[in-house]
Amino acid sequence: MTELTAQPGGPQPDAAPAVAAAPGGLAAESGTEPLLRTEGLTKHFKIGNALSQRTLHAVDEVNLQVGERQIVALAGESGSGKSTIARLLARIYQPTAGEIYFEGRRLSAIRSRADRLRYSGLVPMVFQDPFASINPVFRVSHGVMRGLKLHRPELSREQRYSEAQRMFEVVGLTPAVDVLQRYPHELSGGQRQRVGFAQALVMRPKLILADEPVSMLDVSIRIGLLNLMVQLRDAESVSILYITHDLASARYVADRLIIMYAAMIAESGPVEEVLANPKHPYTQLLLSAVPDPRAPLGVSAETDRGEPPKVIDPAPGCRFRQRCPLAIEVCHSVTPQLQAIGTGHEVACHVAQSGAEVKAF
Amino acid sequence: MAMIRPLSAPGPDLPVPVSRLSARSRNPAVRGLQRMTTAIRSNRKATWGFVLLVLFCLVSAFPWVLAHDDPSAMIYPVSLGPSAHHLLGTTGLGQDMFAQLIWGARPVLLIAFGVGLGATGIAVLIGVAAAYLGGWWDAVLNLVVDVLLVIPLFPLLIIIAGYLHSAGTLVMIAVITFTGWSYTARQLRSQALSLRNRDFLEAARVRGERRLYIVVVEIIPTMTSLIVASFLTNALYAVLFSTSLQFIGLGDPTVVSWGTMLRSAENNEAFQTGQALWIIAPGLCIVGLGAAFALLNYAFDEIGNPALRPLRRARVKRSG
Amino acid sequence: MSSGAAEPVPAIADTAAGVRRGRFRRRLEAVPGLQATTGATYQPEHPDAILDVRDLSVEYLLDSGTVVAVDRVSFALMPGEFVAIVGESGCGKSTLLFAIAQLLSPPAEIIGGSVTFAGRNMVELTDSALNAIRWKDLSVVMQSAMNALNPVKSIGAQFKDVMRAHGVTARQEIASRSAEVLRMVGIDPIHLDSYPHQLSGGMRQRSMIAMALLFTPELVIMDEPTSALDVVAQRSLMVQIAELKERFGFAVIFVTHDMSLVSHFSDRLMVMYAGQVAELGPTRQLFDSPAHPYTVGLMDAFPSIRGPRRPLSGIPGSPPDLARPPQGCRFAPRCPKVMDRCQADPPGLYQVDGIDVRCFLYEGAVGADRWSKP
Repeated sequence: MTELTAQPGGPQPDAAPAVAAAPGGLAAESGTEPLLRTEGLTKHFKIGNALSQRTLHAVDEVNLQVGERQIVALAGESGSGKSTIARLLARIYQPTAGEIYFEGRRLSAIRSRADRLRYSGLVPMVFQDPFASINPVFRVSHGVMRGLKLHRPELSREQRYSEAQRMFEVVGLTPAVDVLQRYPHELSGGQRQRVGFAQALVMRPKLILADEPVSMLDVSIRIGLLNLMVQLRDAESVSILYITHDLASARYVADRLIIMYAAMIAESGPVEEVLANPKHPYTQLLLSAVPDPRAPLGVSAETDRGEPPKVIDPAPGCRFRQRCPLAIEVCHSVTPQLQAIGTGHEVACHVAQSGAEVKAF
Repeated sequence: MAMIRPLSAPGPDLPVPVSRLSARSRNPAVRGLQRMTTAIRSNRKATWGFVLLVLFCLVSAFPWVLAHDDPSAMIYPVSLGPSAHHLLGTTGLGQDMFAQLIWGARPVLLIAFGVGLGATGIAVLIGVAAAYLGGWWDAVLNLVVDVLLVIPLFPLLIIIAGYLHSAGTLVMIAVITFTGWSYTARQLRSQALSLRNRDFLEAARVRGERRLYIVVVEIIPTMTSLIVASFLTNALYAVLFSTSLQFIGLGDPTVVSWGTMLRSAENNEAFQTGQALWIIAPGLCIVGLGAAFALLNYAFDEIGNPALRPLRRARVKRSG
Repeated sequence: MSSGAAEPVPAIADTAAGVRRGRFRRRLEAVPGLQATTGATYQPEHPDAILDVRDLSVEYLLDSGTVVAVDRVSFALMPGEFVAIVGESGCGKSTLLFAIAQLLSPPAEIIGGSVTFAGRNMVELTDSALNAIRWKDLSVVMQSAMNALNPVKSIGAQFKDVMRAHGVTARQEIASRSAEVLRMVGIDPIHLDSYPHQLSGGMRQRSMIAMALLFTPELVIMDEPTSALDVVAQRSLMVQIAELKERFGFAVIFVTHDMSLVSHFSDRLMVMYAGQVAELGPTRQLFDSPAHPYTVGLMDAFPSIRGPRRPLSGIPGSPPDLARPPQGCRFAPRCPKVMDRCQADPPGLYQVDGIDVRCFLYEGAVGADRWSKP
């Protein structure tokens, strides 16, 4: 198992022009350990007071993988658990159960400050709110310089500054010297998000956790950030876990798509495959709800009015059963597990796993 | 080194080149201070408070400029009325009252600023740390703060000062600071709590910063206006408490200060014997200094709560 | 103002606006020939429009100067029509909405134009006259229900407040009407006793809409009511609004930054950019053949969920600083079809095939030159 030590030298040179991730994308299939892997990842929160203790299931038994040079989209509505997963992977929360493996090593084995620091450099996070994620009293160079100071202490101050400049150029903030001197309120939302990416990049990460990085930006600015993410995957060999509720943007950037519902994974697979042949009724519902001006309106008479449940002390059974028009007997008693039904395409649905045609919405 | 190409499409334009930004400072913390000075200038109450405070500071810093007599020297005839020679007359003990007043300013101001800085400083560290560190730390620190809050302040001050017999300036500062920081700590903790979940703090955490660093460098600078307001409040209360303590005899009688003036005036039955000025003069000064701090606080209310800011000038430059 | 930074949101205030209106009226009176000042003449072609906005301009008085957030916007709304106002942050759409609803408060101020509703110019009305109109003929649905609803009162109590404020006092009537409007939006009336935080996001927004329909007004104004919701809840809310509109025949002005959301529901679409109307026309036509380069760019910036997967480029640059608006066309710095003339002269609003476009590309096109600004 590799030690978590500082890598000598700079980032690896580009071996070849960006090659598309393997169709399945599951590195485990080809025998090598994926970059990031979770096994039974679970996070519960205790809510209520001393008299009535209840458990909120934020994440339940999640097995996901992210390979090298891959963008994996984690999609779901609010409350589905996707943000909690990001925070578990960033070690802001500790898992209630299950394990996270990064480059083959268990995260729970991280003890020393040096290891923690090293991990936080390899797996940084980019936040959702460009207005709140940068400290307003410092110039935007502050975060980048601190990141460099903590994670690449071998550099001198001048070297750090020129590295910061270089990184700002990479994310498209030019002229870098000028932008570095600005304060956050002097930049637009899109520019601030780019600063967020630059802050993550200076630590030479392997995997960036992007928690809804574009949802608070204007539509015409989003494309720029999404293109940046694709470029980072190709040119910088960085994997990205892209958390979003917007399937269209997930389709635009991602190689693989994971759909979450009520703390569990409902479906996952290559993005085109999942969107073209959605097998889980929830995925179908989501797809039908995405507004597409170019398609004629297919308004069903009975538009679904349900909301994703807050998963508190849940009974066994599929959590989508109340809203699912295809629910059968077993759905009410047995919680479906993720099962492969095609190359790299997995779904957690009894109806789909039984081989029957799933046409819900 | 890897081949890294910047985005081929032109990068997002900056709204305004840096060189054309306004001359006012761009650092929000310094901008906060500039806002303070603007608020002070334009809010009349605050301007008066500021002027008053500066006056007192100057007087206490350079007392020899105005008062040529030794304040403690009991060499004059007693109980003279105001005259050209003794601007406020003399005390019942033969001291020049004006000199006493001028020289008496220094201890009071030292106490005011000492307590202001000390109490606010401790409150900042403890309050913000409690809010940010949370959990066990928060519980313990909160307990300490609450206990100190519940203890009645003045009796505690009396007991401590009495135990130490005569309390000189330094002791006074220490005692009032020790008993007074808890209230501000509570306030700052509340504000820090509201800031705790801001993304930029989480970003610092994820970056790998130590918690103390985050508290000192990331949180505290964003709380400057509340901290300054707390400083003013603590200074105000220090003035009042210290002079009260001195008045009831717990101060050091050898130190010339407004409080001790009041004390000796009371001891010598100043009102009854027609030497009202002996009480009124220091009394007015105490009130004046307290008012200076209180008036300045108006300016900070405005900064802290934008809804209180009046609409200013703006129309002046409309062309056509 | 840096672009993309939060547009100053006017606070909701039903303050004594007499002083404001008095000033405004004096300013109007002081100007000889209003039309000459505003420059534009809007020919009303729809005398039976229920809302007629003409040359409405709104200004913000800031420490750093004045910013014209809405610049001479005009449009007419027919009864039962659904008009969507679309644009990015900073374009002035929310300010426009608040100006129409007469909900602006300092530092925002209407400095020109008129808003004629049901035959009366609302800008000049006193507060008591406005109160007679508010909620009975015109109601507003805000962006975030959690901000607009009182968190310490139950939904039913808030409905009661509204009805009593407008003269309905009989308890039976209040109760039955509250239950009725909740049922209209698909919420079980048992939730009249619930507090806002006990309802889900979608239900909260729907109860806001129910509150807006208490007196079945003629016009309902909505400021991004779906932006805090998930995509499924958004869809169901839009369908709900469309259903209610069909049933009760009220007109809707819907402000949003997401044009695909309204693509199937709005009759007309107005695209705003930097405080001005960039394009205005029937929705379907705008989507099928957008005229203004900005609209073209906007449409292109939405990745498609079906259809071919292709790289998009968005619109480079950022909206202009409204404190110092550019001399010519405001979109010129970012326009892929920019001509020399665009930098120097501001284009007027030209009509092409029933669409109003603010772009020199359409100046000489077939169709009357509607009106052009100097």
